[in-house]
Amino acid sequence: MNFWYFLTALTLLSALMVVLSKNPIHSVLYLVFTFFCISGHYVLLNAQFLMAVNIVVYAGAIMVLFLFVIMMMDLRKNMPDSKTTLTKLAGAILGGTLLVIMVAASRKMDLSGQVMPETFSSQTGLVESLGKILYRDYVLPFELVSILFFVAMVGAVMLGKREAGERNF
Amino acid sequence: MEITSTLFTAKAIYVGVIFAITLGVAAYSTYFERIIAAFMQDRVGPDRAGPFGILQPLADAVKMFMKEDFIPSQSSKWLFIVAPCLSMLTALMTSAVVPFGDKLDLGGGLMLDLQGVDVNIGILWVFGIVSLGVYGILVGGWASNNKYSLLGAIRAASQNISYELAMGLSIIAILMLSGSLSTKTIVETQQNGHWNILYQPLGFVIFIVCAFAECNRTPFDLPECETELIGGYHTEYSSMKLGFYLFSEYINMFISGAVMATLYFGGYDYPGHDFIHDKFGNNVAALLGVGALIGKALIFVFIFMWVRWTLPRFRYDQLMSLGWTGLIPLSMFNVVLTGTSMLFTVNEGGSNWYTVAVSWAGIVVMLVVTYLYNESQYKKKKLAVG
Repeated sequence: MNFWYFLTALTLLSALMVVLSKNPIHSVLYLVFTFFCISGHYVLLNAQFLMAVNIVVYAGAIMVLFLFVIMMMDLRKNMPDSKTTLTKLAGAILGGTLLVIMVAASRKMDLSGQVMPETFSSQTGLVESLGKILYRDYVLPFELVSILFFVAMVGAVMLGKREAGERNF
Repeated sequence: MEITSTLFTAKAIYVGVIFAITLGVAAYSTYFERIIAAFMQDRVGPDRAGPFGILQPLADAVKMFMKEDFIPSQSSKWLFIVAPCLSMLTALMTSAVVPFGDKLDLGGGLMLDLQGVDVNIGILWVFGIVSLGVYGILVGGWASNNKYSLLGAIRAASQNISYELAMGLSIIAILMLSGSLSTKTIVETQQNGHWNILYQPLGFVIFIVCAFAECNRTPFDLPECETELIGGYHTEYSSMKLGFYLFSEYINMFISGAVMATLYFGGYDYPGHDFIHDKFGNNVAALLGVGALIGKALIFVFIFMWVRWTLPRFRYDQLMSLGWTGLIPLSMFNVVLTGTSMLFTVNEGGSNWYTVAVSWAGIVVMLVVTYLYNESQYKKKKLAVG
């Protein structure tokens, strides 16, 4: 339990640093660290598969691409201008809505800490049970999600295609 | 309490030994790399420090520590220091899930598992840490505030991401065969000579090519390409920070050799295991297994060096087109082929030999079809030109 508090404090701190640090590169690195902390929470929940996938997909692939793109920009000269009133207002509204939703959701939560012995299983988070649930109870949504991914992939390939014309190498 | 504390001590000693072996192998890899390079180029190689130059790694370490530690004034200082440490950290973390041996009997009913941790997602852990390995290079290249370093870092990032996909797909074929993500189970299904290389020849070729790319070794060492980028991502580094980068590359080589031995060459399995187990007992057999795994890993380290001093470097667009249009379709074909070959063993019926035959026949068919397709395209091109 103490370890949980420590990990949660670390998660919140690094998540705050993502927003507060001036340098976008530092923000990205703090975000990677936040993902690690979240993976730590998955381990505490005995969901090791989610932990590994979280690291592989988010920390290992997506954040590398983020870093990649941010490094390409010359940050000293052209900082992206994000301080107009409109963007501030939009951000406040979005964040506020999210906060309201989360408060509403947490009100319905059972915080008593009681464990139901008949429904509790330490094996829930393991990859075997996850696979069985995904491929038995939720086959259709799962396949639909993969079609969605496929569409996104085709779209990305279409956008990234070399335009007709000169080739520089 | 007594039992757990004994096991804990044993595990701690085991972890320490693995750590020492990894560092020792990495240190002596630098020596053997020079010896092999010298042999291939008909030179003598290092022969000054000690007999046959055997103390060369020590001399190098002293040199690295004594050099001036220089930090460029315009760099972002903290990241510049953290980056080589990140590289080293990610290189060392992978060996936690590699099963270096079978169980060791400590007496009194205590069995020590010769593996850091046996998690049921072992191979995903390896995959995750490998994908993190690029951060050290990326951060270091950016923090140096040098255009050449940045170019090297960006090359490293795009190369790693491209080759990770093919690597993951070739691992999927292994998972289909063994039915588990745990490295221990993958090794146990390969005992008694049922090595995965028999079932997965194509998957192994894809995996070793991707391992070369992930370790930034020649012919994929574009991130540190001297002719174009001075030193690549470590242009601005000196002293032991540079040493960490070089050292982590050698650790990566050894560990990826161990992972390849685990996945494709039976891990700690060796011919005559049962005979030794009956004659000399469990512990001797288990320790010989550790030796077998490390020996296999060292053979792979030798192959890494052999390739480095034999093949020239790729051009960058060749590297990308090999990854995306060569290896990824090939590994998808491998997944389908594995599925087909498993039809023979899926219900405990049939023979393993059918599976082996189908996997090799599939490769032959693929090669023939590719060859014929190439021929037809070649003729078409010839007609178009002529």
